[in-house]
Amino acid sequence: MKGPKTIKGRPELYTSYAQDMALLNTRPKRAWSLALVVLAVLLPFLITDDLLQLLATGFVAAIGAIGLNIVTGYAGQVSLGHAFFLAIGAYTGAALSGPETGRVIGFGITSLPVWLLASGLVAAFFGVLVAPVAVRLRGLYLAIVTLGLVFLGEHVFREWTSLTGGPGVGRPAAIPELFGVRLDRNNAMFTAAQQLYLVMFVLLVIFGVLARNLVRSRVGRAFAAVRDRDLAASVIGVDLTKYKVLAFAVSSFYAGVAGALLFVVNGFFDPGSFNLLLSVQYIAMVLIGGAGTISGAIMGALFITLLPRITRELPAVLPFISGDATGAVTVFQVEAVLYGVLIIVFLIVEPRGLFGIWVRVRNYWRTWPFSY
Amino acid sequence: MAVVNVLEVIDIRLAFEGVIAVDGVSFEVGESELFAIIGPNGAGKTSIFNVLSGVYRPQQGTVRFNGDDLIGRRPHRIAALGLSRTFQNIELFSHLTVVDNLMLGRHNHMRYGPLSAFLWLGRARSEELKNRSAVEDVIDFLELEQWRRFPVGLLPYGVQKRVELGRALAMDPRLLLLDEPVAGMNVEETEDMARFILDVREELNIPMIMVEHDMGLVMDLADRVMVMDFGRPIRTGTPAEVQADPDVIRAYLGEQHRSVTT
Repeated sequence: MKGPKTIKGRPELYTSYAQDMALLNTRPKRAWSLALVVLAVLLPFLITDDLLQLLATGFVAAIGAIGLNIVTGYAGQVSLGHAFFLAIGAYTGAALSGPETGRVIGFGITSLPVWLLASGLVAAFFGVLVAPVAVRLRGLYLAIVTLGLVFLGEHVFREWTSLTGGPGVGRPAAIPELFGVRLDRNNAMFTAAQQLYLVMFVLLVIFGVLARNLVRSRVGRAFAAVRDRDLAASVIGVDLTKYKVLAFAVSSFYAGVAGALLFVVNGFFDPGSFNLLLSVQYIAMVLIGGAGTISGAIMGALFITLLPRITRELPAVLPFISGDATGAVTVFQVEAVLYGVLIIVFLIVEPRGLFGIWVRVRNYWRTWPFSY
Repeated sequence: MAVVNVLEVIDIRLAFEGVIAVDGVSFEVGESELFAIIGPNGAGKTSIFNVLSGVYRPQQGTVRFNGDDLIGRRPHRIAALGLSRTFQNIELFSHLTVVDNLMLGRHNHMRYGPLSAFLWLGRARSEELKNRSAVEDVIDFLELEQWRRFPVGLLPYGVQKRVELGRALAMDPRLLLLDEPVAGMNVEETEDMARFILDVREELNIPMIMVEHDMGLVMDLADRVMVMDFGRPIRTGTPAEVQADPDVIRAYLGEQHRSVTT
């Protein structure tokens, strides 16, 4: 630890602002973070490949959810257009890394850092294009305009078959290659699932820490100021236009990165994937996880990604639910209903989401055994 | 009275459609002066503040602040010039802690951009630490130590008012606008706030414009008072002069006030 030493027996006594403002400023935070990282790194050797794939998808979804949380949870600009920016990222990544010859556009640049960064930047560019509209609207009106983006995108991607492969056919996802190693293929040391899981985990940690730094900086505070009181924000010197545009740019960058990675695990995707339901899923991740927190977005994303896996087990317990697409009540219907029910339940019972539940558990044990 | 004027307001006129909110108001505020604006509800006091801070744009008139013309500048530009204000109805960032609210007051004292913020290295880190320490001075000045980590939405009303003053002070302003700093406060809270306003004058030497209905506070603290009615200034002078003016008594103070003060 940097700076002056802590005093023994007084873990929460800070003797410098550097200590006070550190990212992990308490001992439990450091211990928990370390434990989570160790657990996450050990998991590939403990659980099966199909669960690893699911978790890897969850990590990618978490990057996207962090992005949505920056614009909606921190800057207070409700966006239903996240699916559109995910699509931009997915197609940028796939087109850049795809093979040069074939039925869909491809440039053969398979290096993951290159196409990942490009996907984020292209999506951010579209975010900045949309932002001027967002600056003039708020609340419900902004939600409707961003909703329009999703439909616009759906149409363009359905028609632009040389890029997307067309509905029902689709195209291969971006090809992940890092230092000459194809991550989506088994090799002597690791299976494809293990490699992708670890890479997605590292990327989530990187993008998570970057976002956490952003939101505790003057930029993040300005976002929150715009969200809480825009009049007061401008009077203390926050340029509203600049920070709204910036929030959209950062959010779309994260969406672009997540979009490019989202289908790498499955290997294939279709323009029909980027519909309103996808946007709603991300809203659900943010609301269930906890709006305005980075760790909440991660929890929400993992929860929503793992939810189908749990509902798939339902037919075994509740025989009236059918496991396939036929029957009166199917697992797919139950899933769709669950998203809605969970959003409602969380908004009423715990508006701070999973993060809020975690805070309550933590506070309970902090004062244990005098917890009342 | 004052030799150098920090603020010069010349013949401001502000109308919303047919409603004239401010009609030909002129005044000036000197270095380290406490200038008060009083008048009945709807007289245009807060409208003047909104003109000064760039929220409204008047149809006519000039506002000169340390030589810069303010009319037509956007609020955040005016804030950058060193004009800060509080609001009649508290306008704090209710989900943020006291420290974060005050740090937002220092927004313009930090210059690093988003890329630096992502990494939290070098400039971002050193500027944050430096400004955190400046914020602590304000916390100390306004005796907010026990509330540091609380989201301001949870704090008592009187403390919120104090935090809002703190946010304005954290900007290191060259002119401070106080919009009803003691509105809705009990006697003790009012006395505390009066003490802080006096401290701001004496220790920080910041000129202030105060809109307030508490006549005791205004007459005790202000150097000069401008009385407004229906958008027009009816008298500007020292508290004693204003209190004795028959027009002011008729428009605002009331006949009873005459018998109390004389």
